[in-house]
Amino acid sequence: MNETIGNEMYTLRINGQDRHVKDAWVGESLLYVLRERLELPGAKGACEQGECGSCTVLMDGDAVCSCLVMAATAVGADIVTVEGLIENDPSIASTAEVIARQVTDVQQAFIEEGGVQCGFCTPGLIVAVHHLLDKNPDPTELQVKESISGNICRCTGYGRIFAAVEAVIQVRKASR
Amino acid sequence: MSTVKQDTRLRDILGTSALRPDGVAKVMGSFSFSSDMWAENMLWGATLRSPHPYARIISIDTTAALLISGVSAVITAQDVPGKPTYGLISADQPVFASEFVRYMGEPVAAVAADHPETCRRALAAIIVNYEVLTPVVDPELAMLATTEQIHPDGNLIRYQHILHGDPLITSDITVEGNYTIGMQDQAFLGLEAAMAFPDSGGNGVELHIATQWLHEDRGQIAACLKLPEDNVRLVLGGVGGAFGAREDISLQVHCCLLALRTGRPIKMQYSREESFFGHVHRHPAKIWMKHHATKEGKIVKVESRMVFDGGAYTSTSPAVLINGITHTQGPYQCENAVVDGYAVRTNNPPCGAMRGFGVVQACFAHESQMDKLAQACGLSPVEVRLINAMHTGDKLITGQVMESVAPVERCIRETDAIPMPEPLAANANVLEFPGGSGRTADRQNIVRGIGWGVSMKNLMYSEGFDDYATARCTLTNGIASLKFATAEVGQGFVTLAPQIARSVLGVDYVVLETSDTQIGSAGSTSASRQTWMSGGAVDGACRLVRERLFEHVGKLHNIDPIRLMIEHTDVIDTIGTFRISVAEASQDITLSETFEHHHRKTEDLDANGQGNCHVAFAFVAHRAVVDVDIDLGLVKVVQIATAQDVGRVLNPLS
Repeated sequence: MNETIGNEMYTLRINGQDRHVKDAWVGESLLYVLRERLELPGAKGACEQGECGSCTVLMDGDAVCSCLVMAATAVGADIVTVEGLIENDPSIASTAEVIARQVTDVQQAFIEEGGVQCGFCTPGLIVAVHHLLDKNPDPTELQVKESISGNICRCTGYGRIFAAVEAVIQVRKASR
Repeated sequence: MSTVKQDTRLRDILGTSALRPDGVAKVMGSFSFSSDMWAENMLWGATLRSPHPYARIISIDTTAALLISGVSAVITAQDVPGKPTYGLISADQPVFASEFVRYMGEPVAAVAADHPETCRRALAAIIVNYEVLTPVVDPELAMLATTEQIHPDGNLIRYQHILHGDPLITSDITVEGNYTIGMQDQAFLGLEAAMAFPDSGGNGVELHIATQWLHEDRGQIAACLKLPEDNVRLVLGGVGGAFGAREDISLQVHCCLLALRTGRPIKMQYSREESFFGHVHRHPAKIWMKHHATKEGKIVKVESRMVFDGGAYTSTSPAVLINGITHTQGPYQCENAVVDGYAVRTNNPPCGAMRGFGVVQACFAHESQMDKLAQACGLSPVEVRLINAMHTGDKLITGQVMESVAPVERCIRETDAIPMPEPLAANANVLEFPGGSGRTADRQNIVRGIGWGVSMKNLMYSEGFDDYATARCTLTNGIASLKFATAEVGQGFVTLAPQIARSVLGVDYVVLETSDTQIGSAGSTSASRQTWMSGGAVDGACRLVRERLFEHVGKLHNIDPIRLMIEHTDVIDTIGTFRISVAEASQDITLSETFEHHHRKTEDLDANGQGNCHVAFAFVAHRAVVDVDIDLGLVKVVQIATAQDVGRVLNPLS
């Protein structure tokens, strides 16, 4: 009952960097460790049962709910959070451009199309949309809906979010 | 600062699709929501809740919890130094239950510890002895005098009658129905979260909180903490949606109490499950409604009895009830009405504000009735609504005259004109079936339905309440700073306020100061009121500053200030050639003005429910096309067509 909380040490690979975690409790989720131990609060906790998608991160190229991943089991995986998307954006060539652009094309489209209101679902959706378009650059409307069906938004009614995704698809198509 | 104008750039003034100033931070994940806060030396707070809907507390033993390594404090009702209860309208809800728990999930104790898991173990170690009682869960039974009164204030929270016109009049056709509306939850995405910092002397606290109304929270918190309001500072934490669920106190008092007890910053956040227990819901309602109409379908009289289940504590039930019953007629002409409304206390979860605030329940009933009326008169759902549509100048069943534009007919016609969606194709992807990726619907059981809903909804607070808003504008060197306590919950006031300042003052650069209690109240971000109320306050403050600027420029350049106006980003002389940029005109001076915006006064309802109780109204028509698997009850929304009365469009994008 009175076991000490917090004596685990391990290293995670996040956004291309090794991040050391110390004094952790083995029961902590990846979401908790990102937010509370590694100063990466971009992934949000809104259901803690894999329903809402607010905590979506990429793990070895797959979109996962970080609330359902035990942090200590993520050792060895290549993890990308919303904070690391721009460095991983294939459409951006240089570090200078990363600094100049500040946001990815998906992030910019969410802003310009009015896909952001309270913004709590936004980081998870941004990661999910990047994941979709990286795997399938020309999805049908149904594929877009299906691929973000695991991300719940309570403000927008989704229309502006679909518009943002469509805008990115068109711009990427034109630049191919 | 350059005074060269860039005429090609669209300035984000009123009417343009201005972008959110918090947009970049929100898409990057760097926007600070209240749950993102962290402080050196902080502890986590957590709440112990009742597992019973109704029980007597025999004893609470916190000894074992306090012995757990890492636990700093365990508090119960006896640790509340001030008022033991709080509430928006009636302070009838305990900070912690002491004698009775009256709903499942009612707070009983709170702990502070070094880790969320330590908190969980501490909560599990608190021993509460309950004598479990039989809960009162049926509002019809609850309001009977013979039923056990579950609260010292009684089980009937409010009764209100409406009698308008001739109560005995009848007509050719009557339609009636009993309607049951279930409980709903706002389910904002950003769960309740706060961080409280105690001040060094233990005589004050600063709370960073996701809320809808900082000043209302502060008043209730300060009373429970027994601190002067000036010693309780509230700062708006980033809010992940609200929809009414953040109007009431949830973790505010607990968080502050733990901070004051431990002398350390306390972070509290609810899980999704706890959130459902921790805030109010939409009232379940039972509504009987009867319409009397002519053969042609013209409404002659409406009768109704509405029972709203308020749950264990009052919250905003009295106001929700009034919204419900005063919207019995919907957006339709009706000269005679008899309505009885009851808001009742039960051992169900407390109910309060949720978008629509009582009007939704009434709307479900009156719109179901309109469909019945259409059928009884041989009319289409659109025809019956057009025949009865309300117009400017019509009298409501409260006797209040609809003075504003009332584009009910236009909303219906515009909605009706939106093309219907294509029928479900024979070769449609199974993902488009009701149930979606569950892939459970059977093609042959899918039936398409079309439903209409037309509504009007009051704006701002009613029944004599003066829900004013305050804003301060400070202009210096071409930069306007705006200060207000308005809660940005996602609606976009942070976009609108700078648009107003740019339009009124001719500035390009607008800085938003922190939303906190270091200025007068902005009222609540609810009741569709902040654009009107806080927008009005920002507009008023900017106009006062503009007057001061004109006086300053007039004096300096020997022009009567009355001749001056703003054109784009310049101050110009309307009857001369003088022109100076606002940036230059405000060089090295600071003009600062505060403005309080009040809406027109409203009245209480009398015993017959008569009075000018509402400030203003908005109108909307919806047409829903749905596919339903009639065997499984699965529903797929194919299309929502809508036309809404939004007044002047201030930002087409938002």
